[in-house]
Formats: sequence, C-alpha cells, structure tokens
Amino acid sequence: MRYIDPHVHMISRTTDDYEAMRQAGVVAVIEPAFWMGQPRTQIGSFQDYYSHLIGFERFRASQFGIRHYCTIGLNSKEANNEALAEEVMELLPLFVCKEGVVGVGEIGYDDQTAAEDKYYRLQLELAKEVNLPVQIHTPHRDKKQGTLRSMAVALEHGLDPAMVIVDHNNEETVQAVLDQGFWAAFTIYPHTKMGNERMTEIVKHYGPERIFINSAADWGISDPLAVPKTARLMLERGISPETVEQVTYYNALAAFGQSGQLLETDWLAANPIDQSLKYSGNSILRGGQIPVGEVASDSVIR
Amino acid sequence: MLQNSYQVYLTKVLQTRLSERGQTWLHTQLAGLASEKALYLAFSLAPRFTGKELLQLTASELQQASELRPGFNPEGWTTDQAARTLLLLSAPQQDSTQYTALLDKLFSTAGVSELATLYASLPLLPYPESHAKRAAEGVRTTMTSVFDAIALHNPYPHDFLPQEAWNQLVLKAVFNARPLYQIIGLDDRRNEPLARMLLDYAHERWAASRTLTPEVWRLVGPYLTASTLPNVQRLLHSSDALQVQAGTLALAASGLPEARDLLSQFSGLLFPAEDKVVNWRHLGEKAYAA
Repeated sequence: MRYIDPHVHMISRTTDDYEAMRQAGVVAVIEPAFWMGQPRTQIGSFQDYYSHLIGFERFRASQFGIRHYCTIGLNSKEANNEALAEEVMELLPLFVCKEGVVGVGEIGYDDQTAAEDKYYRLQLELAKEVNLPVQIHTPHRDKKQGTLRSMAVALEHGLDPAMVIVDHNNEETVQAVLDQGFWAAFTIYPHTKMGNERMTEIVKHYGPERIFINSAADWGISDPLAVPKTARLMLERGISPETVEQVTYYNALAAFGQSGQLLETDWLAANPIDQSLKYSGNSILRGGQIPVGEVASDSVIR
Repeated sequence: MLQNSYQVYLTKVLQTRLSERGQTWLHTQLAGLASEKALYLAFSLAPRFTGKELLQLTASELQQASELRPGFNPEGWTTDQAARTLLLLSAPQQDSTQYTALLDKLFSTAGVSELATLYASLPLLPYPESHAKRAAEGVRTTMTSVFDAIALHNPYPHDFLPQEAWNQLVLKAVFNARPLYQIIGLDDRRNEPLARMLLDYAHERWAASRTLTPEVWRLVGPYLTASTLPNVQRLLHSSDALQVQAGTLALAASGLPEARDLLSQFSGLLFPAEDKVVNWRHLGEKAYAA
C-alpha cells in the first residue's frame, strides 16, 4: 500500500525517518510552514525557511525516494508579532506560486487573539486570489470553539469548504467539520492529539468520506510512521482496504491535488530515487545506506 | 548584443515545443517584463504553462548552440528551463547593479528546479563578470541537481571562476561522485595546486579503503614528479581495468622520462596521444553507468 503523510515537519526529522517512511510505503509528504519551536524575530528567517521548504528539504526527501510538497503561510503563533506579520504578508506572494506549493497553511488560530484573526483572514483572501487549498491548524486550547470559528470565518470570506482542510480534529470537532463540507484531517500524535485506536473508531463511525490522517511529526515526541501504522491497525480491526486507502492516500491526494501541484504521476511515473547516475555501481545517495528494518509489529499509538 | 541572439535561439527552440496555451502565455509575459513583480511571478509559474519536458534538441540545434556561445550545451534542458532562461534574457538589464539585484531576488527565493535553471543560465546572461561570486556560491550546494547545473555542461566556471573557486568546484565534483568528464574546460584549467589536493585526497581514500574515481588522474598526470610518480604506478597494478587505464592516460600526459619508461612497459595498454581526450571521456562514461 502507498501512503501520503499530508502534514509532517520534515525539517525537524532525521534521515532515519525518511528511510523508515520510505520503507513503510510513504511516497509523498506535505510539509506545512510552521514555527521553529521559538518565535522568529526577523523577516529573513521566514524567507530562508520558506526557501528551505521549496529547496533543500525537497531535495533531501528525494534522496530517499519521497516526493516533498509544502504549504506556505504565516502560522497563528507568529501572527502575534504584528510588525513582523506585516512583512510576512509582503513575502507570501513570492512563495505561494512556487512549484510544489499545494496550499496556504498552516494558518488559523492559536490563542484566538485579534492579531491571529487579522492575519488568518488576510491569508484566506490570498488563498482565494491564487486559488489554492487552505490548510487550517485548529487550536489545541479551546479547540471546539476555535474550530467552529475557523470554519465560520472561512465561509464568511467566501471560501469553498471543499478547498479547505481543517486539521487536528478529534471526536468533538469532526461532526461539525464534515457537516459543513470541509475536509477533516486528523493528527495521530501520542499523548496530546489523536490515537490510532480512536481514529479507527472514528472511521468506523463516519466512513472515509473527506477524512484523512497525518502524523504532524515535528520536534516533539511524535511518530513519522503514524500513517502506515494506523493503516495497519485499521486493517487489523476489520476496516476494508478501500477505506484505508481513502483515509491514508486518496483523500489527501484529492484535497491538496486541487492545487494542481500534487499529481500521482509525480511518484508513479518517475524514477523515485532522484539520482540518474551511479558511480561504480554504488548509489550516490549519501552513504548508499542499506534500508532500515520494517515497521514494528506493535502499531498502536496512544 | 549577444543576449539578442540567445533570445532568438530560445524563442525558435520553444516555438515548436510549446502548446498554444504555453506560447500565448510566454508571449504575454515577455511583453510585460518591465514590471519586476511580473518577472518574478512569470519565472515561478512557467512550468504550469510550458510543462517540464526535455527539449530533445536536434543535432543541428545543438550545433547552433555551440556556435552561438562556445560551451553552451542545452542538451539536457527542459521546456520550462528554456522559457525561464528566455525571461531572464528579456528582463530589464540597464546596468550591472540593477540586474544583479534582480538576480539576487530570484536566487534567494528559488526552489530547487528554479535554482538549477538559474545556474545553468549564467553563461548566457548579461554582465558576465558580475556573476562569479554567485557561481562560486552555487558550488557549495548539497543539492545534486543544482550542483550539476553549475558544474556540468556549463562553460561559465571555466570562463569566469578564479582558480581557487575552480579548484573547489572540481574537488566538490570528486567528493560528490559527479562525472568530471562533463565539466567543460577541465583540461584547459588544470593546475598544480589542484593536482596536489587531489593527490592528497587519493591518499585519504586509499587509507580508508574507499573508492576513488579514476577521473582524478586526469588532473594529476601533467604535474607528476619523480616522487609522486609511484601513486600512478600503483594504479597500473589495480584489478580494476578503469584504474589501469587512468594510470596509463596520466602517464601519457606526463613529461617525465620515468613516465615514458613506465608506459613503454605497458605498451599493450598505451593509447595514442591524440585520442587522450576521447579516452578520458570513454573512461568517465564507463565509470558512471546509469
């Protein structure tokens, strides 16, 4: 089975993770623009970060046969530095039309301040202008209200809900998200977000329509194999392969594919390892590593 | 102006290779390039209108390219690359400062394939001397496609890089197992410091029991001394035919009488002097099998 991880911060992950993901069947990743664990203080940091996402990180992924895409945007935390946020708004148009940028994201609310609201709205307008999907980070504190508000504001600005991915859902938010026609993304992340046993129950209850999962693996304790592990668990728990494929591959492809920058042929047609030459029969990937072992048999994430 | 002839060439090459939608888009963009914002946007958006197919240039088109500018070899170029290069050539270029600022902006926000296009375009751009630092910077990249764009099939480094930067380019190509025979002007810019550095590198690799491209010896041959000759002599006893060939080619390039003596002992492997460029190429092609 092939998987897409449509929300993963590869900048914070090692090549061990890329190798493991490749081994486990991940063919494509989407890396949302986010913060770096502490607030940026200069506009140059944003520019160099966006450049990194469309540049070196894309290359790094390709060395492991994984296609890398990203969303570009000003995240909710850093929207609170208004002077800097203004400068980022100037910068965004330079990056949102780059190849492989599949959405404006990850944007939304963190604390639900006035500043966050202002820059969320501005970026919704930008997304409309360039006709890109929107990737919404729903707040972790006051999540239910924050999610409802995120959707209401998106609709207020005339976004088509089919172009909007509401991320980090849970049992409390999913109904409203699906009812209003948005995509419902779930992050399988130990301790603080969804677990994959709970996810399995959600899929059993709601079916696969407009639901998909991600790992949001980042600097914290998180699992870049969350998507393949959850797929395995779902199959073990009796969910049909077709449904599992929707939730771990096809729905993400459809949602972000609306950008025109994410095509299945990107990884199906091409030589997945982006090196055209071998030297003396050895792959010129860094080190020519032997692939790591397979996904561990215990695939429960709590 | 040279840039005009490059523009004409690229326009012609694209005419038969773009869809109608692509042609119309490109035509409109070229007309509106006075606006910087329009250039940046067009540069980014190009592939959506031109596709990313290999140009598949004919022998005649390739011939024209090398006549337009020695070393210009767009054999591996794609449709979006040709269109983007055309945009660069058609952008405002009233003076070197203004044009440099424009390039700075493009380079600093470029994605991987944009970067590769930018570096590959350097030999064609106006104010050529002003791009030397930028080219040296390109050599520092770890992204293979970007490194290849500046180092391989690109006459700019040979024409404009100072010796230290040139040497770093060759060293980096060796480090990253990139095919040296695809570096334009490699023989012409051989130098003693480079030979010394590569000899040291060979010792490093041998000490670690690691592989070493046989192409390295192309840069060392002309600078062999009586004391460094044993390094090449050692190659002649290798079980790897390519290493042996590299050894004989290096000896043939050396003026040392001791080298001549050694060669005559291996007369069965001796290649005629006139063929030496072809043979380094053949050796390179064999060393780097797809």
